[in-house]
Order: sequence, then structure tokens, then C-alpha cells
Amino acid sequence: MKRRDFLKGCLVSGAAASLCAPSKSWAVGSFEGYPDSMGVLVDTTRCIGCRSCEAACNKEQKLPEPDVPFDDTSVFKEKRRTTEKAYTVVNRYEANDAQKPPYRKMQCNHCNEPGCLTSCFVNAYTKTKEGAVIYNAEVCVGCRTCMVACPFNIPAYSYSSAISPIIKKCIFCYHTRLKFGKPPACVEICPQEALTFGLRSDLIKMGHERIRETPDRYVDHIYGEKEMGGTSWLYLSRVSAEQIGLDTTLGNEPIISNVKDFLGMVPMVLTIWPALFTGIHLLATRNKNHGDVHDNHSEQEDGKK
Amino acid sequence: MQNNRFWLASGMAVLLFAAVPESSRGISVPDTITLNSQSKLYEPFKFDHAKHIILTKECSYCHHHTTGTLEQDSNCVRCHRNSSETKVVSCKGCHRTDSFSAVSMKEKDPKTYHLDKPSLKAAMHRNCISCHEKMKGPIGCQDCHHRTKEGDALYNSGVFAPKKKTAKGGHGAH
Repeated sequence: MKRRDFLKGCLVSGAAASLCAPSKSWAVGSFEGYPDSMGVLVDTTRCIGCRSCEAACNKEQKLPEPDVPFDDTSVFKEKRRTTEKAYTVVNRYEANDAQKPPYRKMQCNHCNEPGCLTSCFVNAYTKTKEGAVIYNAEVCVGCRTCMVACPFNIPAYSYSSAISPIIKKCIFCYHTRLKFGKPPACVEICPQEALTFGLRSDLIKMGHERIRETPDRYVDHIYGEKEMGGTSWLYLSRVSAEQIGLDTTLGNEPIISNVKDFLGMVPMVLTIWPALFTGIHLLATRNKNHGDVHDNHSEQEDGKK
Repeated sequence: MQNNRFWLASGMAVLLFAAVPESSRGISVPDTITLNSQSKLYEPFKFDHAKHIILTKECSYCHHHTTGTLEQDSNCVRCHRNSSETKVVSCKGCHRTDSFSAVSMKEKDPKTYHLDKPSLKAAMHRNCISCHEKMKGPIGCQDCHHRTKEGDALYNSGVFAPKKKTAKGGHGAH
């Protein structure tokens, strides 16, 4: 008898759990970014690979001396990535036609729903209302989970520090510039204005307008408008996104969508399950005293009569 | 020698006069223009306007619809097919130096067609470099403007060039 009740309980609780499991639309609504979020439109068709943005970033963020001067173009021989010493790097890619090779600047894309922020268990990351994804180095424990979570391979690690290594990445010049409404250092120095600073919503319009006006110049796509739930940094290109090293397999769902359903269930498990299982327990143990309860009940009824 | 130079200069001036469209005659066309006077990273330099007039023979290549023969670009002729010459023809007359300042961002009237107008710096670099690429002109940064000491410091170049590391992996040291 007990065994049967237990199995019944399991079945009921299983059904209840499946009912409780939130559907995608029911879960936390998708975040499209702050309305006044700033961004940068990177027009790779304009970039001439002068590396001025790298130099400006190095000085603005007080980064260590580079290995080679910033006007040395020999660095384009290999594809570089962001490091603790360089929050932004420009890479040269191969053109598949007679046109000149395209360049692309690489830095944190400042996602609307950052994967690094989602993954950080000490809450070191913040997405500011201006659009920047900043982090508190004092809280960072150097676990490198954000390095794994970042779909764009941006956060770098201060491997050089033996005592307290932490994460290092582009912060959109938040503390020195963005907070005061000023463009980041890289944007300001760009001689070609390949980088355009503005409201993200304006930049998307501007990007589509550039494509419409000069369709021969661009692929009809703004990388970052939808990718990974949208990013503050957006890219225009003459060649396909993968040709300039942008990952096109990421999809449009932000990292948080993969865990949102699960995390949405946690509070329910904590509140509903105790009540549910208590109920099942009471159900399961009720039969034991069934006779007595019934007797009491009938006695009361008799009393009323 | 001096005499020769004089004749050369006057010959150039005559050529220059012939190259300038009739409509532009009468207003003064500068022979040289000092550019980059605001920059800290690069020294100011004299842009040889006269030479570029002779080479391109067409003002509208750089001055768009403001002077020269009419604009040819299919996007521009939609509005500027018959637009007359403007009073202001200088680059800085239309292209702002501070395109990303809070003031200029706020000033942007959504009804304006030319919302995506490059800053003065970008307008010049884009126009000059794209043409120099086509015409096989110089395209290096210091081919046009020499870097200042401050510029060298920013680019970690010249006297500020990083010292070659003697031992590898020494970047951990303080």
C-alpha cells in the first residue's frame, strides 16, 4: 500500500513539475537593450588598417608598452586576439577578389545580454545604461568562466600576474569617457571615421541607410544587430561576416536564453515543491488513519442531527 | 635660376586659371591651404591646392555640389541636379570638427537628409586616401603630415619605440 502511494506521489509530482516548467515565452522577457544605449558602428569598408585605435586604447587605458610600435604593419601577418595588454586589435583578412584586403577591429562587442555577465558567479560584471559592459576588478576572483562564456572570445586574462590574476577587457572607455557622453578613445582617433559613435538605435538606422544608398559597397547585413541578442558594437562589411572573422554560427539568442528556463524554475522548485511534497506526504499517510477520520466525521454528523 | 622660377610660377598660374571653371573665377582660389592646424599628433602641413586643381581638373570631385561642374553621383543628383554654387565651398564649412560631441549629437535634426555626414578629419582622409589609391598617390600617414613628438609617444614609435626584449617571457616582471 505504501509503495503504491509513493509511486503515485512520484507521478503526481512529475506531472506538476512538467506543468511548472516555464515555456520560453513565459520565462523572463527578452531584453532588447537599454533605450539610451550607446554603440559604435564599425564600417569595415572604411578601415585602412592604420592601427591608430590600438594606440589610442593603449594610452587611454594605461596599458603596458606594446611589443612593436603601433605603426608597424608586420602584425597583420597573423590573426591576433585581444590580450591583457591590448583591449583592441585590428586584423587583416584576405579579399577573394581584386579589391584591397578588408581590415576589422576587434574588441568587446558590449552585448545587450552579455554572456560574461550571465556566467559570472561573483557578479563582477555590469551592463550600464549607456551600453557598456564593465567589470569590478576587485570582485573578480579570476575563475575565467566569462572567458568560456563569451561568444566573441574577448575577455583576456592577466596570466602575467602570479598573485592576483584577473580578467581584462575593453570597457567602452566607460569611466573616462562614455559616462560623460564622450566617444571612446578609439572612435575619436580614427582618421577615416570607420567607427561611428551614437545611440545604438540611430546607428542601426544609419547602417541600413548606408546599405540602401550604396548597395554595391556592402553586404546587406549589420552584424550585431541581432546576433547573440544584439550588441552595442555593430559591423558593416563589403564581404561576408565570416570572411572578416566574425562568427556567423552563433545565432540570435543570447547566452542567457540557454539558462533562463532553468534559472526561472529555481524559485518555483524552492516554493512549490515543499508544499507539493508535503501534500503528497499527507496524502500518502492519510490512508493509515482513514477509518478513524471517517468515524470522527460521522460522529459529528450524528451530533448535529 | 630665380628668373626661371618666376616663369615657371607664372606659367603655372596661367594654367591654373585655365583649369578653374569660369563660374569660380572672381572668387579667390587659394594655392595652398594649411591643414591639420588643430592636431597635436601630426604637424600642420601645406596642402598644394593648385597642384590638385591641375591634376584633377574637376572641383566637384572634392567639393561635391558646392562648386565646379554639376555632381555626377547618381545618389547626389536626385537633389543636386540643378543646385547652384554655394557661398561656402571650404571643407570646414560643412564638415564639423567635433562630430561626436554631445552638442553636435543633439543638434542633429532627424529631418535633415545628410545625417551621416563625416567629420572634417574623416571627410579629408576618406576623400584624399581613396583618390590617392586610385591615382597611385602617396597613402602613408607621414607622406602627408609629419608626426609630432607627442604623436611618436602615442604610437610608441621613433624614440619611443619599445626596446627589443633580451629575454623572452620577461613581461611578468614589474
